[in-house]
Amino acid sequence: MTTLQLQINGRAVSAAGDATVLEAIRSAGLQVPTLCHLDGLTPVGACRLCLVVIEGHPKLEPACVTAVADGMVVHTHTPELDTYRRMAVELFFAEGNHVCAVCVANGACELQAVAVEVGMDHSRFPYQYPRRQVDASHPLFSLDHHRCILCTRCVRVCDEIEAVHVWDVGYRGSSCSIIAGLDQPWGEVAACTNCGKCVDVCPTGALFRKEDGSGEKQPHPERAHQLVEARTEHHWHNQ
Amino acid sequence: MGVSWRCCDATACRAAGAAALRQRLEAEVGADRVKPVGCLRLCGMGPLAAADHADGSTELVAGVAGERRLDLAHPFFLLQRSVVLERCGLVNPDSIDDAIAQGAYAALDRCRQLAPQAVIEQVARSGLRGRGGAGYPTGRKWQLVAAQASPTRAVVCNADEGDPGAFMDRAVLEGDPHRLLEGMAIAAHAVGAAEAFIYVRAEYPLAIERLRTAIGAAEARGVLAGLPIQLRIGAGAYVCGEETALLHSIEGGRGTPRPRPPYPAVSGLWGLPTLINNVETFAAVPAILREGGDWYAAMGTATSKGTKVFALSGAIPHTGLIEVEMGTSLRTIVEAMGQSPPGQVKAVQTGGPSGGCVPAALLDTPVDYESLQSLGSIMGSGGMVVIDGAMAMPELARYFMRFCVDESCGKCLPCRAGTVQLAQLLDRFVERRATAADLVQLEQLCGMVKATSLCGLGQSAPNPVLSTLRFFRAEYEAAISAPVVP
Ligand SMILES: Cc1cc2nc3c(=O)[nH]c(=O)nc-3n(C[C@H](O)[C@H](O)[C@H](O)COP(=O)(O)O)c2cc1C
Ligand code: SF4
Ligand code: SF4
Ligand code: SF4
Ligand code: FES
Ligand code: FES
Repeated sequence: MTTLQLQINGRAVSAAGDATVLEAIRSAGLQVPTLCHLDGLTPVGACRLCLVVIEGHPKLEPACVTAVADGMVVHTHTPELDTYRRMAVELFFAEGNHVCAVCVANGACELQAVAVEVGMDHSRFPYQYPRRQVDASHPLFSLDHHRCILCTRCVRVCDEIEAVHVWDVGYRGSSCSIIAGLDQPWGEVAACTNCGKCVDVCPTGALFRKEDGSGEKQPHPERAHQLVEARTEHHWHNQ
Repeated sequence: MGVSWRCCDATACRAAGAAALRQRLEAEVGADRVKPVGCLRLCGMGPLAAADHADGSTELVAGVAGERRLDLAHPFFLLQRSVVLERCGLVNPDSIDDAIAQGAYAALDRCRQLAPQAVIEQVARSGLRGRGGAGYPTGRKWQLVAAQASPTRAVVCNADEGDPGAFMDRAVLEGDPHRLLEGMAIAAHAVGAAEAFIYVRAEYPLAIERLRTAIGAAEARGVLAGLPIQLRIGAGAYVCGEETALLHSIEGGRGTPRPRPPYPAVSGLWGLPTLINNVETFAAVPAILREGGDWYAAMGTATSKGTKVFALSGAIPHTGLIEVEMGTSLRTIVEAMGQSPPGQVKAVQTGGPSGGCVPAALLDTPVDYESLQSLGSIMGSGGMVVIDGAMAMPELARYFMRFCVDESCGKCLPCRAGTVQLAQLLDRFVERRATAADLVQLEQLCGMVKATSLCGLGQSAPNPVLSTLRFFRAEYEAAISAPVVP
């Protein structure tokens, strides 16, 4: 594999020829916020938090789906990017009902962490207070749509790693929601293996274990990556 | 020798009572002298019928009883330059014999004698640019697809046409479907494609019916030389016109865009290199190959060649379908062709929800890609809506923003949540209860949604707001209930 040279925030960085800009940023010990991205799952470029400036590119580029190129000059934090990121996080908070104080994920939530990272303490956009549902039909888990940010990590982990495809996205625009099966209560979808992978990778308090109380959720987003790695390297064979 | 009639049998005239007019004419001169045809252009006056007299003269009448005579020497007709629409209104769209008698498939036959590269060369020389909105050079796109190392490729026609105020593609599909099939077959030959798809929205039932008939007839005749052309009916989501969303939808998935690259030319339908063009783009191709690329390039401006079809509507006496040379001024279109009295127009909206408004003071702007873009509007696919003083600009902007709220696919945050907030901000201006801070917020959020959205829908959703702010800022400021603090 060839190694490419690029510059990130003025620093010389080398990256594998098949790396994404996000991988290059992280391997250089730098940071850019992400929500929809999760190592091990197909990237979708949906949350737009990882947008970076690449010199010579007319538009901002999502680091998670952009391939590195030799000589690329990348900036992860410009005044413009910082402004847009903060606005994006405000929009996330305004579109759902994120009442952290009574949330299972409080303290272990990636949305919360990103809000801290971008310096957001309140939303300048009016809260929409959407009326959404809680699906508690599954024997072990629950889905609180009020806290879903539509990152589709659950959709992808269930489809790509558990290979069941219980989840999908239904409807359009602000009516979009995660749906189970044919838009059924989750507990009625016989295909669900109760593996809990979707719960583990959910960045917020939307998917949680029934026994979790407020502030008690322990997500394990890294498991998706570990599973993929273990499978590709046949950790369970020839031991 | 009596007169023979061509009766418009396209959607607008059907809705206005074309069937009654046709029955009357059939009773008068006999069914064999009355031919159903596609759009006769002045749709707003429909139903329309044209009488072809034995002496070669033609008359145009309108109204269910044919009671109104229209002036064919009016600039509305005289200033048209029909290339894409050259057979629309002349042929029976359901008759392949009629189409062939009037020249259909001749260019395809000729192009089969040419090497694919020579075909691409003519398209490149013509200077034709995509008519779906973005204006990418068609020859370059064909070249890119042809150059991919893959044993086969796919050709896709984008007939989704979801912009409010646009009906150009529908007119081609309803008026001269064989023209599209011929253009697609030429493209398939040029890029080495073994299959072709037409993606058309379900809201176009007549277009779908005529396409089915045309494909069936063309296959039965063998004119397509074995190229299978399949119809795919979309449910009618605006975002499904975005090329990557459209391809997902054909594949049976959810119609949501994905980040590009890879572009469809490299990896499109089921991973195949895919050529995707708009209806009007394909429909221009047969004439280009028949007359040569240089002939086409001689029309239009330095960077915008040929002709463009527009759907002219709004606050003007003449509404309908026009095809004009690129570079024609908006004033010519609106005042001469549309017959709008001077001084009546407030602005012309082009490009639909992705476009913007050109104010009356700039009516001398030529219609070409660059001129419109420099004014913060776009050519778009060809919707052109004339706005008069009765329309308040924040309200117009809100109309388009609400459209985007409803049509966002919801995949990316800025478009899904940002358009909702933008529409609510616009509510405040329409209801005249905005604050100075709202105006700042509005502009900032427009900038953010434009710069950060995943696909063209979100990236261009703020355009109607930004362009009305640019030229009609006073209307927004007047809606601020508290005084503006400098
Ligand atoms: C939201 C959105 C909607 C679109 N709708 C259409 C459409 O209805 N018809 C169309 O031809 N192109 C549409 N486009 C443009 C297509 O993505 C694509 O650029 C075009 O089909 C390419 O063909 P062309 O090069 O012939 O223009 C749309 C783009 C966006 C972003
Ligand atoms: S999901 Fe995260 S941001 Fe939303 S309420 Fe829970 S802790 Fe707060
Ligand atoms: S628990 Fe496992 S199988 Fe069930 S929905 Fe979640 S990921 Fe899919
Ligand atoms: S439920 Fe969780 S993982 Fe699934 S889309 Fe919503 S926030 Fe993402
Ligand atoms: S992490 Fe890249 S767009 Fe969400
Ligand atoms: S639809 Fe009949 S004239 Fe246009």
